[in-house]
Amino acid sequence: MTVDPRLSVVAKRLADVKRIIAVTGGKGGIGKSFTATVLALTLARLGYRVGLLDLDLSAPSAHVILGLDEGVFPEEEKGITPPQVHGVAFMSITYFSGDAPTPLRGTDTSNAMLELLAITRWGALDFLIVDMPPGIGDAAMDVIRWLNRAEFIVITTASKVALETVKKVIRMLGELQKPVLGVVENMKLRESSTVLDALKGYNVPFLGAIGFDTDLEDAIGNVDALLETDAAKQLAGIVTGKLGFTKAH
Amino acid sequence: MHEWALAEAVIEAAREESRKAGLQAVTEILVKVGELQQLELELFQSALDELANELSEETVLKHARIILEPEPALFKCRVCGREWAFKAANLRADEGEAVHFAPEVAHAYLRCPACKSPDFEVIQGRGVTIQRIKGTK
Repeated sequence: MTVDPRLSVVAKRLADVKRIIAVTGGKGGIGKSFTATVLALTLARLGYRVGLLDLDLSAPSAHVILGLDEGVFPEEEKGITPPQVHGVAFMSITYFSGDAPTPLRGTDTSNAMLELLAITRWGALDFLIVDMPPGIGDAAMDVIRWLNRAEFIVITTASKVALETVKKVIRMLGELQKPVLGVVENMKLRESSTVLDALKGYNVPFLGAIGFDTDLEDAIGNVDALLETDAAKQLAGIVTGKLGFTKAH
Repeated sequence: MHEWALAEAVIEAAREESRKAGLQAVTEILVKVGELQQLELELFQSALDELANELSEETVLKHARIILEPEPALFKCRVCGREWAFKAANLRADEGEAVHFAPEVAHAYLRCPACKSPDFEVIQGRGVTIQRIKGTK
């Protein structure tokens, strides 16, 4: 026999996490990491206890959006405890890989993700936000299986290219009977019903749109400036509006 | 102590497996420990023994002998086919610590000694696996 023991402890590590929200999408570059990171920050500012786990190991970027200082490293105490970054317990492979290129094949990616899930002690959280691997390849399918309590937010743009893949993601989540909180249209350029039309017949809520924000790039890495951008405010509106997460301090 | 987290995983998995196999008492658990993860074996062993004993409400693991079997780490380059053995001494202290927590980040710090490629496979010795559970039904 060969048994990988790590799978057996994942549920225990997440036992005190009330809700797991996985932010997914069809393709890279559609704002999945931005949405996951700002969602985590917004919930933390509302007074929730929040964790953020970057599982997009092929292109980890939440640490860049957060402006993580060099030298921040998890504490080791019967596992590892994620550092608090701007009020969010944040875990990422980049603590360990630094900025070196880390070419990971499918098995390596799965192994590294499972290691993070097995050794990270999140403690009590209201929300764990997960920046998912894009698409429906090995990595995404593993995360969906391991985080079996996760609820999904699906990010798309109005691009036909993005929507084509997003529709497959939604269908796949439906076939697996996974709860989808809804779809967010990101980087909206103009009034158009393209996304709503594309979602007809899919039975998933449309949460709202975030406009294309030309100021966003300058705010990456500066959390206070980031949360003042129109894009972040529109996402906050979705969080307290359609999603109904309104806890006050 | 990261060893503790992995020991908890081993004990949880051993409980599950013994339940599946219908064992009333586990007598032996063989755990392979890959070199790449650089676990402190004494620390890992004492964490495993302590956790197995802690389960006072359940007797299934209480008298289990937990055997650790170290496995050397070997790599194979996917570009030129060269095979080579891991040497912890070739890593800086901070790199070694990073690999200890997440062995896959070896791909950030190690390169094929022949062609310098970062695209290599860990043939054996990556991490912790349970190889055998013996017990009585």
